[in-house]
Amino acid sequence: MKARVHVTLKNGVLDPQGKAIGHSLNRLGFPEVGDVRQGKFIELELAETDKAKAKARVEEMCRKLLANMVIENYSIELVG
Amino acid sequence: MKAAVLVFPGSNREGDVAQAIELVTGRRPQMVWHGDGDFEKVDLIVVPGGFSYGDYLRCGAMAAQSPVMAEVKKRAAQGVPVLGICNGFQIVTEAGLLPGTLMRNSHLKFVCADVHLRVETSQSLFTNRYQAGQVIKVPVAHAEGNYFADADTMKRLEDRGQIAFRYCGPDGSIVDGRGNPNGSSSNIAGVFNDTKTVLGLMPHPENAVEPMFGGTDGKALFEGMVEALS
Repeated sequence: MKARVHVTLKNGVLDPQGKAIGHSLNRLGFPEVGDVRQGKFIELELAETDKAKAKARVEEMCRKLLANMVIENYSIELVG
Repeated sequence: MKAAVLVFPGSNREGDVAQAIELVTGRRPQMVWHGDGDFEKVDLIVVPGGFSYGDYLRCGAMAAQSPVMAEVKKRAAQGVPVLGICNGFQIVTEAGLLPGTLMRNSHLKFVCADVHLRVETSQSLFTNRYQAGQVIKVPVAHAEGNYFADADTMKRLEDRGQIAFRYCGPDGSIVDGRGNPNGSSSNIAGVFNDTKTVLGLMPHPENAVEPMFGGTDGKALFEGMVEALS
């Protein structure tokens, strides 16, 4: 089974990289782009067949390492 | 004072801080490799600057989970003083020894410069050789030094006097973020844990201990620790 983890900055946390991307897109002729938030995408190959168990384990991974809970949120999608 | 300096793959200021410690103690600190879950009993643990684990995932995130940091957390809980400098500050926050986190500099650039710091308190084993309000000059060199904590944590840090150093102008002023090189909240350059036995700071006091290298304002930090811990 695969787990796809998205790590994103919490609301209210300043994202200067997202801002810079937004400015560049505006300059490149995409004026419709407003706020941009940058995050991380992490794909994990898991030796686990039980979805509930996999979800619980990946949540633990997120809290322990993959996300910094001071500034980031995570979401998990299980595939396969 | 017996000190240990941790070394991770990618650390690069461990020699500088070992030199500074030797200068004030006459004794070379013990260098401890990141994989060593156990090391000699010491009076001070230093987590040095650099780019541990290549800054992969987040600065300090990998190092914070290393075997040596599990031991550091244990000893810190027993009251053994821990000093985290630059990447070491990032590592100790990721390890949960200090509140908040260090984010990308607000201007997105690496900053390497001498900065002015205002010493916020002399009431700690790290800052006892300084006066509260004293302005010192030491270098910074980082891309992720932008201190961030949620509003409740910021209030607690202020109320409990856990802010050790703030970036400031040459006159000590912090009005309008003066002297702030990275967008750090409330101009924070260094914070203590609630017992003031753990200090993390982005600037490099270990690189301001010899007149030949542009200043000696950082030396009092090491002298203060020697006084408190010997």
